[in-house]
Amino acid sequence: MNFDDTGQEAAFRAEAKAWISANAPKQYEEELKKSSLGRTQLAGADILEVAKAWQKKKADAGWACLHWPREYGGRGASPIERVIWQQEEGAFGKLSYTFIIGHGMCGPTMMAFASEDQKRRYLPKLASGENIWCQLFSEPAGGSDVAGLRTRAEKRGDDWIVNGQKIWTSGAHYSDYGILLTRTDPTVPKHKGLTMFFLDMKSPGIEIKPIKQANGASDFNEVYFTDVKIPDAQRLGAVNDGWNVSLTTLMNERMSIGAGVATGFPELFEFCSNLMLEDGLAIDDRNVRSKLAHWAVRASGLKYTSMRAVSALSRGERPGPENSIGKLVAGSMIQDIAAFAMDLQGAAGVLSGIEDGEAGGKFQAMLLRSPGTRVEGGTDEIMRNIIAERVLGLPGDIRVDKDVPFNKIPTRGR
Amino acid sequence: MNFDFSDEQKQLRDEARKFLAEKCPPSAVRAVLDGKTPYDRDLWKGLAEMGFIGVAIPESYGGTGAGHLELCVIAEEIGRALAPVPFSSTVYLAAEAILLAGSEAQKRKWLPLIASGEAIGTLALFEGRGNPSPQAIKLTAANGVLNGVKKPVPDGAIADFAIVAARTGSSGRDSDIALFIVDMKAEGVEAKLLNNVDPSRGQAEVTFKNCKAEPLGAANEGWSIISQVLDRAAVLLAFEQVGGSDRALEMGRDYALDRIAFGRPIGSFQAIKHMLADMYVSATLARSNCYYGAWALSTNSAELPEAAAAARISATQAFQHCAKNNIQVHGGMGFTWEFDCHLYYRRANATALALGSLSYWEDALIDRMRKRNAA
Repeated sequence: MNFDDTGQEAAFRAEAKAWISANAPKQYEEELKKSSLGRTQLAGADILEVAKAWQKKKADAGWACLHWPREYGGRGASPIERVIWQQEEGAFGKLSYTFIIGHGMCGPTMMAFASEDQKRRYLPKLASGENIWCQLFSEPAGGSDVAGLRTRAEKRGDDWIVNGQKIWTSGAHYSDYGILLTRTDPTVPKHKGLTMFFLDMKSPGIEIKPIKQANGASDFNEVYFTDVKIPDAQRLGAVNDGWNVSLTTLMNERMSIGAGVATGFPELFEFCSNLMLEDGLAIDDRNVRSKLAHWAVRASGLKYTSMRAVSALSRGERPGPENSIGKLVAGSMIQDIAAFAMDLQGAAGVLSGIEDGEAGGKFQAMLLRSPGTRVEGGTDEIMRNIIAERVLGLPGDIRVDKDVPFNKIPTRGR
Repeated sequence: MNFDFSDEQKQLRDEARKFLAEKCPPSAVRAVLDGKTPYDRDLWKGLAEMGFIGVAIPESYGGTGAGHLELCVIAEEIGRALAPVPFSSTVYLAAEAILLAGSEAQKRKWLPLIASGEAIGTLALFEGRGNPSPQAIKLTAANGVLNGVKKPVPDGAIADFAIVAARTGSSGRDSDIALFIVDMKAEGVEAKLLNNVDPSRGQAEVTFKNCKAEPLGAANEGWSIISQVLDRAAVLLAFEQVGGSDRALEMGRDYALDRIAFGRPIGSFQAIKHMLADMYVSATLARSNCYYGAWALSTNSAELPEAAAAARISATQAFQHCAKNNIQVHGGMGFTWEFDCHLYYRRANATALALGSLSYWEDALIDRMRKRNAA
C-alpha cells in the first residue's frame, strides 16, 4: 500500500508538470480555482472558447484523452498516468467539463461499435475538442426508465428516418455530433426494440431548444427530430440491439473515475476557517466542527474510494457498479453543505449576488444548482437500485412491462 | 501508487477469516455474552499460535514481525467475527504503548508474553464520564505508588497487566501525566467487572491503592505517548468496525434475499434495497478512510493523526449505521435474543465509545486539518 510514483510514473509526472506550466492558460487559473457548482463562468471570456483552445493545445502535444489509443487521438496512457495528469492539471481540469460526455461516453461507444474508418475519421477531432459530442438518450417519457423511450427510427432504403423528441441533452446547442438511442421495433418488449446511431447534429430536421433550469441557467436542451435522415452506415451495433450498446456507454461512464466529483467540502472548510461569528471563528464553534467533520470523512472517503478504484483498474480489473457511490454521496452532500453555509450567514444568507453575497454568492449558486446533480446521470434512487442489484445482488424490482410488447405498455397513470 | 493490500496480505486475511469462521462461531461469542466464561481462552490461544496476536511485534520480541498493515488485516477479521477475546486492549493499546515507549527490558519482558497469548494487557485511561484529556486524569502517582480509580477499563477484569495513566503534578500542563506498568496481581489492585452494553467484551472498574508501579516512558511524556497510542489504536479499531459493518450488511442482505413477504423476497422492495445500498455506501466510505489510516500507520506518516481521526469517525458511523439497520431489515426477528443482530448492534455501540466519543474524534479531526492547512 503506497502512494509513491514508480520511476516511470515520476518521469511522466515531471513531463506533464513541465508541459502544463509552460502551456496552460494561467490568466484563468485563479478564476477556475474559485469556480464551483453553479458558478462556472469566466468573467472576461467565453469558457467554451477557452476550453476548446486548451483541449486543442493538449491534443496537439499528445495530452488529450490520455487513455485512448494513439491512432484515435489519445496517448495510450495507464490509469495511474491519468490520475497523475489530473493531479497536475489541477484547476485547468475544470475546463474538461465540456468534453465529459463526448470523451467519457460517446468516444468509447464509437470505439466499440463504429467501423475502423469511422473511428479514424471522428475520434481524433473528438479528442482534440474540435468536435463536441452529446448523448441523446433521455426522453420526456423515458428518464430513469431509459428503455421506455419513444423516438422512432424507421428504415427507408439505406437510411433511417428519425422522428421524436429527446430531453436533458447536455450541450446539444454547441455539439457537432451525437449518439442517439431510438426505437426501431415497438412490437417487441421495450429492451429488445432499440437501436443506436451516431449523427451529425447539423442534420436537417433537428431543432434544439434550451431548457431554462430551476436555477435560471441553461445547460441542457430539448432536441426535436422531424424526418431526420441517418445513413445505415452510422448505426452502432445490430438493429434492435441498442440496449446492449447503451450498456457499454453507461459502463464507460463509470470508467471516467478519478476525476473527482464536487462535494462542496473544500469551499465550506475554507469559508468556516475565515468566517467570524458573534463569538469567534465559525470553525471554533462546536456545532460547526461536528458538521465539518461529518462531511470531511465523506469527502476523504470518496477520494480514497476513487484511489482504490484506480488501483484496481491498473491491475486490469474492470470498474464495477460500486463506483456509483461517488455521485450519490456527493450530490446530497453539496446540497446540504450549500444550505448549511447559507445558514451560517444568517439573514444575509439570502443574498446571492457576486457583489453583495457572502463568498461571492457561491453557496447560493450551489444551492440552486445542486438539485440537478441528484437527478442528472441517474437519480439518487437509480444509483441506490444499481448498488442494491448489481453490487449486493438483490432482486430487481418486479417489472410489469418487461415481457409486454412496447406498444401495449400503458402511457398514462390515470 | 498501489492503494490496496498486497496479495500476501490478502492471503493472510483469507487465512484469518477461515480460522475465525471455524474457531469463533456466534455460539462462542454468546458463551462470553452469557457470562459462561470471561473470554474465549481457546480462541485466544489459537490466535497466538497462528501468530496473529504478535503480527506487528518484531521477531526479536517474540512476534512474527510482519507489520501494521498485516495487523489491520487481522483486526478487520476480529471485528467481523466479533471475537470475544481481549485483542484490542492487549494488541492495539498495551502492546502499542510498550512498542512506542517501553525500555528495552520492558519490551523483552512483556512483548513475548503478549505475542504468545500468555499476557493480557490493557490501558487504564478513563476515570468515569468524559473523553481522553490530561485534565480528566486524577489518579495520582507519587513515590512510585498509584492511588485512584479507573473505569471503564477494557478487559480490566481479565488483564495480567495494565498501562496506567497517572497524574504526577498539578501544573495544568500535559507533562503532569505519566504512564506506569502495573502487574494486575500486585498488592493494592482490585478489579471489578461492570455491566456494559456489550458483555462479549468486559469492562471493569480498577482500584489502585498504594499500588507499586513501574514507569513506562519518560515521566513528562505520558500524555504525548497516550495521544500516539490512541491514534494508532483508532486506525486498528476502525478496521474491526469495518469488519463488523461488512458482516452486518451481509446479514441484512442475506435475510432480505431469503425472507418472503407479500409474495416476494423483501429484498425486492425499494425501501429495503435503498436501506441496504446506504449501508453499503457507509461501509465503503469507511473502508476507504481506513485504508488511508493503514497507510499512514504503516509508514508512520505525519498525516497519521488526521488519517486516524478520519478512519475512526467514518468507521464508527458505518458500524453503527449497518448494525442498526441490519436489525431493521430483519424486522421483529432482529429484535430477538436468538438472532445474532444484537451482537453486532452491541459491539458497534460499545466500540463507538472505546477511545472516546464520536464528537471527541470529530473535534480532533478538525483541529488536525486546521493545523495542516496552516502549515
